[in-house]
Amino acid sequence: MFDYEVLRIIWWGLLVFLVCGFAVMDGFDLGIGMLLPFLGKTDDERRVIINTIGPTWEGNQTWLVTLGGITFGAWSIVYAVLFSGVYAGLLLLLFALFLRPVGFDYRSKVESPKWRSFWDWGLFVGGTVPAVVLSLAVGNLIVGLPFELDADLRSTYTGGLFDLFQLFPLLCVLVGVSLFLMHGAVYLHWKTESFIAERAQQVIRVSSILFVLLFLLAGVWVAFGIDGYRVTSAIDTSITANPLHKTVEKGAGLWLANYGTYPWLLLAPIITVIAALSAPFFTAKQHSATAFMLSSLAMMGAIVTAGGSMFPFMLPSSLSAVSSLTIWDASASHYTMKMLLAATIVFMPIVIAYTSWVYRIMRGKVTVEQIQENPHTLY
Amino acid sequence: MITTEVVDLSRLQFAVTAMYHFLFVPLTLGLSFILAIMESIYVMTGRQIYKDMTRFWGKLFGINFAMGVTTGLTMEFQFGTNWSYYSHYVGDIFGVPLAIEGMMAFFLESTFVGLFFFGWDRMSKLQHLSTTWLLALGTSLSALWILIANAWMQNPVGAAFNYDTMRMELTSLSDIFFNPVAQVKFVHTVAAGYVTGSMFVLGISALYLLKHRDVAFARRSFRIASGFGLAAVLSVIVLGDESGYTVGEVQRAKLATIEAEWETEEAPASFTLIGFPNEATRTTDYAIKVPYLLGLIATRSIDEKVDGLDVIRARKRHRIENGMIAYENLQILRGDKTNEIAKAIFEQHKVDLGHGLLLKKYTENVVDATPAQIELAIKDSVPKVAPMFWSFRGMVFCGVLMLFIFAASFYFNMKRDAHNQRWLLKLAFWSIPLPWIASELGWVVAEYGRQPWTIANILPTHLSTSSLSSGQLYSSIAGFVVMYTALLVIELFLMVKYIRLGPSSLHTGKYYFEKQGVDHV
Repeated sequence: MFDYEVLRIIWWGLLVFLVCGFAVMDGFDLGIGMLLPFLGKTDDERRVIINTIGPTWEGNQTWLVTLGGITFGAWSIVYAVLFSGVYAGLLLLLFALFLRPVGFDYRSKVESPKWRSFWDWGLFVGGTVPAVVLSLAVGNLIVGLPFELDADLRSTYTGGLFDLFQLFPLLCVLVGVSLFLMHGAVYLHWKTESFIAERAQQVIRVSSILFVLLFLLAGVWVAFGIDGYRVTSAIDTSITANPLHKTVEKGAGLWLANYGTYPWLLLAPIITVIAALSAPFFTAKQHSATAFMLSSLAMMGAIVTAGGSMFPFMLPSSLSAVSSLTIWDASASHYTMKMLLAATIVFMPIVIAYTSWVYRIMRGKVTVEQIQENPHTLY
Repeated sequence: MITTEVVDLSRLQFAVTAMYHFLFVPLTLGLSFILAIMESIYVMTGRQIYKDMTRFWGKLFGINFAMGVTTGLTMEFQFGTNWSYYSHYVGDIFGVPLAIEGMMAFFLESTFVGLFFFGWDRMSKLQHLSTTWLLALGTSLSALWILIANAWMQNPVGAAFNYDTMRMELTSLSDIFFNPVAQVKFVHTVAAGYVTGSMFVLGISALYLLKHRDVAFARRSFRIASGFGLAAVLSVIVLGDESGYTVGEVQRAKLATIEAEWETEEAPASFTLIGFPNEATRTTDYAIKVPYLLGLIATRSIDEKVDGLDVIRARKRHRIENGMIAYENLQILRGDKTNEIAKAIFEQHKVDLGHGLLLKKYTENVVDATPAQIELAIKDSVPKVAPMFWSFRGMVFCGVLMLFIFAASFYFNMKRDAHNQRWLLKLAFWSIPLPWIASELGWVVAEYGRQPWTIANILPTHLSTSSLSSGQLYSSIAGFVVMYTALLVIELFLMVKYIRLGPSSLHTGKYYFEKQGVDHV
């Protein structure tokens, strides 16, 4: 039923789905981490903010872990080339993420204000650095990474941590951070009341406009400022292939070619802009759930826009265009893709079902009174 | 060209991060089940003290769990960052259990762990109990899949080499799932986790009993830990994974090095209780041997031989020579896929391709290896004896000591007299580190014993790393050591703080410090 070509497209879709799952679910945790020291003025307020995500952030982070596992299994060479290439960036991401599990669990276990303030800033770093590194990674994927494959398909990477900070990727960082901030603030607005919710509303208003402007600017930049990539040799999409058996060219505006071939793809950026712009109106009217849906939609739209523009490329190489990885030559074997698809079809609906159940159990706003009544059981 | 230094540093980093991670995993595995048992008793009997027990040991569980998550993240990404050629070469197989682990197990444990802590007042008793069981199930399932992945490194089944894509590809998922090495590994490792959880609860409860604090609470905890711990330690020892050491050549090499069996003995082989292995003379000095025991343990028979290092090394020569032929024809095939002769020869010799790759450490072209280089490869084809010999004995010593402690605790519990046996309580408390020592040594036996391979007989360690510089590795190792050590110190500080407080930290008003009128929180 599933031939190799179809499976590769499905698995590209599932990869996009997992990235979206991570961005929607853990995205607000990152955003709230960034906002924590600024939106919480007192210890109780900070505890309110922490407890809006305290019971659920761990499950959300699992989207990232699973994304790692799935990439390893379904797109091994992408996993290998990307992670070893951006070595320093990935370690920075990891070290920042280390602060989250311990930050959440340990912060309120000691009374000392110094201790608590230390972990508040730890959670801030644990939210900000991943948001920055991940957005930076997206930007660098779009411009291409300086790697090369030898005949044994061993990858060598030329470039260090600071080479990642070029202009376009830096713009992507601003796009990403403003989106994570908006998403976090929307969720916070949903889960809190009075002062904190009001402060969140201000963040939503500013970040939504900022995000849309930067997102559009990035679009213009992709059209005129940076090179895209295109496969120039015929590709047999249904056989096991070696990345080096193709030819690739680089050129201005090529990343927009897919919008000509598939005009409906334009819906992704359009939905992103509309959803991001309308979210603040719904939070203002206290339609928090709708606002969260819209903010999630903006998140997914932005990811689909980036992924769709690059399709079928997954990892273009700025150093040796022929080494670029596409969905046709970076995938796992036909059999592995089939097995993993079966596992995904069985387990992901179950995951989504019990995650929803957990959110239902933990529904409702977190208030300062709750914190004061349960100082030892809440985070 | 990747230098030996890069390979050694990559191995060091993996060892450091894995061994740190494994400080927390066994306790998570064991304690989550103990929590589920305690809460089940609470739900069945309705007695509040069992809920307090679940919540207090749950607090300690949480402190440990956070570190497990922190150090676990590294493991999911480190194959890509530091072992990228490995990831490309076997990701098609190795990545599958990791991906399934994420979807089936990680989500389960990390989604329900929050509910375990914050859901007490939001759910029915039965719903909360289910949450705790699902959490425990999630931790053990995640161990299942990671051990399936690990067992595949030790005994790679269900996969074949594809010269188009220059990598190994999966041919049978059920083969890797039902890998006999995976099954013994799973039982052995998970049971070792249950022992760790039990020893932790037993030792800390013993401390409270010694101090005459919260005696009712401590006696019940002690009782559960001694029963569960005895069952677990028996499983670890009886179903010890030595029985998996007859499957596959690398596993047999491990067994021979563990036993320092330099030369194959007549069946059933004797077991070297203790001695001093000497790599230069290939003998064990001052050895004390127990006749027949090794043969019985390893082969479960009296007439099967256990291969000695002499036999294993002799087989290597043949396989390395075959591997050179496989490698030579692979090079021809890569230039000309239609060359039927090369294809036929390659197919015939490809099981030994990995042995050909062993020579890459000594000569880039493999086929031009000199006899001296081949000798060197043969010599390096099994791990060194002394580290294996001592790690294994250390592990077994800890295991036997714990068996004694659990058996004694269980016995005096049956007589309702455990709280009066001060020698036993002291011994239990001071033995808390034992399961950790045993687990770390067990990791050394399993993983150092796999050398010189990352994937047994398929991919040598020195080819598996990423193309990184020594400088990058020095900084990342320093980063990990500093971060992990700082966090470990903080974790231990909190552990000690809450262990000292005991159930008084629950603020129910019923426990020792609260009755003393001292607020220690």
